Amino acid sequence: MSAVEPGSREYSPSRMQYRWERIWLTPLYRSLIRTGVPVALVAMMAVGHFSKAETQAQLAMSVANARSMVENRPEFAVELMQIKGGSEALAQEVREAVPLTFPQSSLRLDLAALKADIERVDAVARADVALRGSVLEVRIQERLPVLIWRGADHLELVDATGARAGVVAVRDGFHHLPLIMGTSAQAAAPEALSLIAAAGPLRGRIRALRRMGQRRWDLVLDREQVIKLPVEAPVTALERVVALHSARDVLGRDVTVVDLRDGRRPVLRLSRAAVEELHRLRAIADEEEEG
Amino acid sequence: MTQLYETQRAMRARRRAALQRGVVAILDVGSAKIACMILAFDSSVQMNAQEGVSAMANHNAFRVIGVATTRSRGVRFGEVSTIEETERAIRTAVQAAQKMAGTRVDHVIACLSGAEPRSYGVSGDVALENGSVMEYDIGRVLAECDVPDTGFGRQVVHAMPVNFALDHRTGLSDPRGQIGNRLSVDMHLLTIDTHAVEHLLKCIKRCDLELAGFASSAYVSGISALVEDEQELGGACIDLGGGATTVSIFLKKHMIFADSVRMGGDLVTSDISQGLQVSAAVAERIKTFHGGVMATGMDDRDMIEIGGETGDFDRDRRKISRSDLIGVMRPRVEEILEEVRARLDGAGFNHLPGQRIVLTGGGSQIPGLEGLASRILGQQVRLGRPLRIQGLPQAATGPAFAASVGLALNAAHPQDECWDFNLPVAGGARQPLRRAMQWFRDNW
Repeated sequence: MSAVEPGSREYSPSRMQYRWERIWLTPLYRSLIRTGVPVALVAMMAVGHFSKAETQAQLAMSVANARSMVENRPEFAVELMQIKGGSEALAQEVREAVPLTFPQSSLRLDLAALKADIERVDAVARADVALRGSVLEVRIQERLPVLIWRGADHLELVDATGARAGVVAVRDGFHHLPLIMGTSAQAAAPEALSLIAAAGPLRGRIRALRRMGQRRWDLVLDREQVIKLPVEAPVTALERVVALHSARDVLGRDVTVVDLRDGRRPVLRLSRAAVEELHRLRAIADEEEEG
Repeated sequence: MTQLYETQRAMRARRRAALQRGVVAILDVGSAKIACMILAFDSSVQMNAQEGVSAMANHNAFRVIGVATTRSRGVRFGEVSTIEETERAIRTAVQAAQKMAGTRVDHVIACLSGAEPRSYGVSGDVALENGSVMEYDIGRVLAECDVPDTGFGRQVVHAMPVNFALDHRTGLSDPRGQIGNRLSVDMHLLTIDTHAVEHLLKCIKRCDLELAGFASSAYVSGISALVEDEQELGGACIDLGGGATTVSIFLKKHMIFADSVRMGGDLVTSDISQGLQVSAAVAERIKTFHGGVMATGMDDRDMIEIGGETGDFDRDRRKISRSDLIGVMRPRVEEILEEVRARLDGAGFNHLPGQRIVLTGGGSQIPGLEGLASRILGQQVRLGRPLRIQGLPQAATGPAFAASVGLALNAAHPQDECWDFNLPVAGGARQPLRRAMQWFRDNW
C-alpha cells in the first residue's frame, strides 16, 4: 500500500462518470439506450424525410405511375360491351345509361356499380354484368308493359308488378294495352289486371280503369257508362255486374252508372231521357187505371 | 432509546428490501483500504432469522459477484476524516465492484473499525404475567433494561440479548414457551461516536447509495475469523488493521465485549519511514516484503536494499540488514499488542472458560507475529483467516478481508438485536391512535 503522492493522477471516477456508470448498469436504462435511442433516431429521420411536401408528392406520383402502368397492360383491357336480351331500343338506352369508353382497363371497372346503373333504367327488370375475357357481357331481363297509365302530361308503361317500364309521349303503338288512370294507380296494377280478366263479355267495351281516391276502381265503358266498384272484393262485384248484364242486358240499356259500392244491392242511374220516358209511361199507366 | 429503536428498525426494513431485490453491497471502510463486495442473494432461501434458518445459517444463500478494493483515502484511525476524499475512494471501489458484478447496487451495508467503541453490559428483569414466557415478554424484558448514560454524542450500534435467565436457571438462549416467574436478560450494548457514523453516512449518501445496515468492524471480524468452538467457549478476535486494531470477545456465540486501539500497521510504516529515512511508499514496500518481528542470526546477513527515492540514484544505495528492520518494527508491534492485552484484561478476558486468541487483519501477516503474540497475550494464539464464502476470488480470501467477509455473513444471517423484538414502549403509544383512525375510516 503506497501512500498518497502529491501531484499523482486522480484515478477515482468523477461524480458524473460514476452516475453514468450506474445508469448504464440499470437494465431498463440500458435497454432503452441500446435499442430505444437508435430506433427513435431512425424514426425521427424517417418522419423528417417524409414530412416534406415534395417528397410526399413524388411518392404519390410514383405510386400512381406504378398503378396506371399495371392497369394499362393489354391483359386487362376490355374492348366492348355486349348486351344480351331485350330489344334493340332497350340496348341503346342501356348504352346511354352507362357511358363507358372502350378500350377500358378491367381493374378500373366497378361491376356492382355498373349493374346498379343498368338496373336504374326503367325497362330493365334485372341485369347480370360479367367480364368474359376482353368482353363486358350484360344480360338483361326486360320489363314487359301490360298496362298504360295516363298522368296529367305524360303516359307511363306499367308492368304486371306495377313497376314503371318506360315513359312515352303518345299512345301510338300501345293501343292494345288497357288504360289506367288516377293517382298511384300503378301500385294496384295486379288488381287492375285481374279486373280486366274478370270483365269477360265487357272487355271489348272497357275504355279505362280509373283509380278513385287511391282506394277503389271505376270501370269506364264506352257510351260513357261507369261501373263503380267497391273497395272490398272488386272482382266479385264486377262478376255480379257481368252476370246481371248477361242475364238482363243491363249495360245495353240507357244506364249511365252502375254503382256497386253498397254491397247489398246495385244502384243504377238512368240517363235524363230514360227518366223522362219512365215518367211519361208511369203517367199513362195511372190514367188507364183511373179510367 | 425510542428514536434509536425507530432508526434501527428502518435500517432493518431497508436491509430486508435489499435482500428481496437480491443485490446488496458490503462496504468495509478501513484506514488502509476500502473494500466493496457485491452479494447476490438467492431469494428462494429463507432470509428471516426469526422464521428459522437453514443448516448452514444462510451462508449458502448468497454468492459474491463483485469485489473491488482501493487504497483508502481520507480515513484515519478507522474514522472518516475527510468526507470528500473518502467519498472518492468509496466511488472507486463501488464502481469497480459494480463493473465486475455487471449490475448496479443501491443498498450498502457498512462497517467502521474506529470511532471509539465502548461496551456496556446491561441487564433487565421482569415478572411474567401468565407463568410462561410469551413472545412479547422478550420485548418487555429488553425494554426493562436500564440503559446507562452513554455520554453525549454516542450512538448504540449493537444491542444484543446475550443471555436469558428464568428464575434460577441461566444460560438460556431462547426462553420462549418456558415456564417460570421471573425473566431476566443480559444485554450487550455497543456505542460508538455519533459523528463518525454520520460522516460515513454522508459519504454513502453522496455516492447515491442507501445505508441498509451498520456494524462494528470488531464484531464482524470476530464472526468470520473465530470458529464455532471459539465463539462458544470464549475467544478473542484481534483484527490488526491499518489505522486501528479492534478487539472483540465472544462467549456463547455472542459478542460480549468490543474495543478498538487507535494503533495499527500504518504506525509501523511511519516508524520505518522515520527510522530508516525513506519515503512512506518505500517503507510500506519494505514492511510487506521483508518485515518481521522475530530476529534470528540469519537476519543479520540478510541485506535489504532500501534505495530511497531521493532522486540521486547513484549515491543512494543504502542497505540495511533485516535485523535492523525487525528492530524498528518489533517495539511498535509489541506496543500495539500490549495495548490489546490491557483492553483484554480490562474486559476480564482471563476469567473466561476458553481463552483462545485469534489474530486476523492485514497486520497479522507479519512473519513471526504468532510467536510474539503468544508471549504477550498468552499461549493459545493462532492466526485466523476469514471463512470461505461462495464466489470470493482468491485475492480476497486473506486475513485483511476478515471484516468484509464477516459483514457478508452477518448480512445473510444477522444475530438477534434488541430492535428485532417489539418493544412495548415504542409501539404502545401509537397503537390506540392507529386503531381510532381505523375506526374513523371504517365508519365514515
